[in-house]
Amino acid sequence: MLNLIIVLAAVLILAILVSIFRVTTLVGIVKGDSKKYVPAGNKLQGALMLIFLILGIFGFFYYSFGGLDEDFVLPLASEHGADTDRLFWITMAITSFVFILTQIFLFGFSYKYQYKEGNQADFYPHNNKLEIIWTAIPAVVLAVLVISGWKTWVDITGPAPAESEVIEVMGYQYSWSIRYGGADKQLGDYDYKKIDVVNQVGIDFSDKKSFDDFIPTKLYLPKGRPVHLQIRARDVIHSVYQPHFRLQMNAVPGMPTRFWFVPTKTTEEMRVETGDPEFNYELVCNKICGKGHFAMKYLIEVLEPEAYDKWYASQDAWLKQNSDYLSKVPENLQDMARIASGIESKTEIQKIDNSVVSSTY
Amino acid sequence: MSVADIQVDEHLAHDDHEHHEQSFISKYIFSTDHKTIAKQFLITGILWAIIGGGLSVIFRLQLGFPEMQLEWLRPILGSWITDAGKLDSEFYLALVTMHGTIMVFFVLTAGLSGTFSNFLIPLQIGARDMASGFMNMLSYWFFFLSSVVMFVSLFLETGPAAGGWTIYPPLSALPQAIQGSGAGMTLWLVSMVFFIASTLLGGINYITTVINLRTEGMSFSRLPLTIWAFFITAVIGLLSFPVLFAAALLLVFDRSFGTSFYLSEIYINGEALPNMGGSPILYQHLFWFLGHPEVYIVILPALGITSEIISTNSRKPIFGYRAMIGSILAIAFLSFIVWAHHMFVSGLNPFLGSIFMFLTLIIAVPSAVKAFNYITTLWRGNIVFTPAMLFSIGLVSFFISGGVTGLFLGNSAVDISLHDTYFVVAHFHLVMGSAAFFGLLAGVYHWFPKMFGRMMDDRLGWIHFWLTFVGVYLVFFPLHYIGIAGFPRRYYSFTSFDAFSSFTDLNSFVSIAAIITFGAQFIFLFNFFFSIFKGRKAPLNPWRSNTLEWTTPRVPGHGNWPGAIPTVYRWPYDYSKPGAAEDFVPQHIPYSKTPESNLPHENDLAKGENVAPATNESK
Repeated sequence: MLNLIIVLAAVLILAILVSIFRVTTLVGIVKGDSKKYVPAGNKLQGALMLIFLILGIFGFFYYSFGGLDEDFVLPLASEHGADTDRLFWITMAITSFVFILTQIFLFGFSYKYQYKEGNQADFYPHNNKLEIIWTAIPAVVLAVLVISGWKTWVDITGPAPAESEVIEVMGYQYSWSIRYGGADKQLGDYDYKKIDVVNQVGIDFSDKKSFDDFIPTKLYLPKGRPVHLQIRARDVIHSVYQPHFRLQMNAVPGMPTRFWFVPTKTTEEMRVETGDPEFNYELVCNKICGKGHFAMKYLIEVLEPEAYDKWYASQDAWLKQNSDYLSKVPENLQDMARIASGIESKTEIQKIDNSVVSSTY
Repeated sequence: MSVADIQVDEHLAHDDHEHHEQSFISKYIFSTDHKTIAKQFLITGILWAIIGGGLSVIFRLQLGFPEMQLEWLRPILGSWITDAGKLDSEFYLALVTMHGTIMVFFVLTAGLSGTFSNFLIPLQIGARDMASGFMNMLSYWFFFLSSVVMFVSLFLETGPAAGGWTIYPPLSALPQAIQGSGAGMTLWLVSMVFFIASTLLGGINYITTVINLRTEGMSFSRLPLTIWAFFITAVIGLLSFPVLFAAALLLVFDRSFGTSFYLSEIYINGEALPNMGGSPILYQHLFWFLGHPEVYIVILPALGITSEIISTNSRKPIFGYRAMIGSILAIAFLSFIVWAHHMFVSGLNPFLGSIFMFLTLIIAVPSAVKAFNYITTLWRGNIVFTPAMLFSIGLVSFFISGGVTGLFLGNSAVDISLHDTYFVVAHFHLVMGSAAFFGLLAGVYHWFPKMFGRMMDDRLGWIHFWLTFVGVYLVFFPLHYIGIAGFPRRYYSFTSFDAFSSFTDLNSFVSIAAIITFGAQFIFLFNFFFSIFKGRKAPLNPWRSNTLEWTTPRVPGHGNWPGAIPTVYRWPYDYSKPGAAEDFVPQHIPYSKTPESNLPHENDLAKGENVAPATNESK
């Protein structure tokens, strides 16, 4: 019903506009507007230009400096983010200046040089000096931006420090799977053909490094230590995006990607900073991936390094939790797998039963 | 120019048997007349714009009012409205996909270039018609076929393509991943193949016509900037669209014939696919090799139209004519070597990222030059605010507002956190979407008298302009804030994430603004269709403009000029020339007739002029 009213209102408004138009047209014909070369409302349009300019600039400053109900700048929680934020705000300062200045000229000139009876425009076809100036100035400013951007980019995309925590992030429709290297801190191989409903990431148990890998239900990160995310996808392209860390890298099936960064604030610290006791870092998918794209969330918890180490040591290997997968380990490595994953040696190797697991979405 | 002469003779011979009535079909449907074809493109483009805009209103309802009952849309959308009365989340993706596809290709490529290149190239360079009227006709009908296929795909049970307008595989290759990648995607690809054929047929024609059929005296340094823009746009299209064709063809192979160009190591729906060794990134390279030039295919014609309109209505020569041409050429060249800035976080080699950041930021220089030149053209002008002029000024404003945010996104380090957020949405909707759309509207208002021999109503034009202009800013400016806050694009709803739980009011505001802006377009539609039949009859040169199209009869017939094609003696921007009686001197007026306003070097030119007998001109 409400919608019907809205539609009716729209129709009425249109009808009113049309009536106004007809009336003003008839008045115009009586006045002989059609014979004039400059339309009668020219002055009004000039004035509107000026009004728009003033209101626009006011609105821009008002809403950019606190006029919005919510803060649009997210608190920062990574080392490299400080650099990209700095670049962002330098670019913002430069572009805002240019933006305001050019809009003032554009609408200001439109107002000031509106048609006046008897005036003649200035025949001013070119001025090479001016052209050179405003080719050169943007070129120089851009060169500065490019160089600082390039330096930051090279730092961010450079090789991760050797002591980084290596964590695997795999995207799939519609969640994430996180894998840690376990006690040896090394991730085992994977093979997409080994994926099944339990072994969701396709761990390849012929690789010794895989025995102690573990897959928690949250992405835990140590504050202040470099974290090296090894990113892949199982089905379609996803994108690992975390706005607080200023982190983004696509997860591409068949082409592993990576991103390394240093978290600088624990979840607790962020809860204090944001004043939100419920605050959690969230891992976001930022590449269209299907029906559930908008809900492809995974929680992240940043811990103090000591707490992180304690948590890390307390994790059971995936193989221990799914000991039936021992059957996938080559015969000669099974004892080693038992030890590395912490499985009691007496555990029987069971046949894997795929039917018990339901879909994840 | 000998070519032009031949054209004249041909036409005169043709005149003798032109008196027979053309049938309705050959006059209005399978017409080879460039003016009719232009109108066909325009009307089709307008229909597409209504559909494309309508789709955006539906998804803006979802974004602005996630709680809203959309049951009332069931008569149109059927089972895409869930039992709970909500929009289906997969159909939401189909909506954004089709909105993008329709707007970029069908409205702003075919609707803009197709209309104005067809209409203005022969009229402004002084030609009887396009080089090949038949190819031109084919170009429209391929576009029509493409439109029909795309339109049909909207009504499939599994929905139209839904993987984003960029249709990145594997999402677009696997019907298991999303329903829209089934028959909808197939039709999308078929439609685009026809579309590409249409663009190429049109483009070859535009290029050939501009090179070969210019009238006597119409050297390249006297071409209106509109023609320069259309010409270069056609060249860009000719070089880049075949690459999209290749990308689409490989995708067809992957989808239907089991190849692995883009697919590798995929496990989906409980099944490991056999495809190995392909690369989804390959597709992105191929796509953006078209995709980036495409944004210039969209914006350059709009800038060309703006150059013409701003100069005419400021009653001033365009400032820096040669610099404008130079910047068109520079933009065209650079547009081919910046594509990977769409892929900074795709897993691209970081070194390539550095290179593409550098090249991308260079392109800001010619763009800035264009903006400065427009502003300087206004300076000390005598500005007449026709609706076309308002839309042109609006275009420049959008071009600047959207252009400056390109400096953020083109900077690969800053792009990391802004990529695929609403900041990007705001950026390209302003700089290419709205700006190009304003170019289209400006062009329609400006050349309507030549198209239909009647005037559109100024007042409705003004109302349309202010509602649209303010509306567009109210829609897209807030999106910058939402984007800086990290909101990802193509999200059906933001309720799943705490980080994106804010700005619900702002999103509602944007939606309301979008709906009003969309509604305002109906003022234009009314004005357009009403004026075709009931508008005031247009004078021959309503804007007192210099270019050749205003030397034709009120409604130019087949062949455009009843007599000989006028000869061109000067550039098209002799506005407010000191000493001249009027504030404009059209291109076909020889220097020898305007001794009072000639510059010193023009007096020399006047001596060398071989002016045709005056009788010719009175025709």
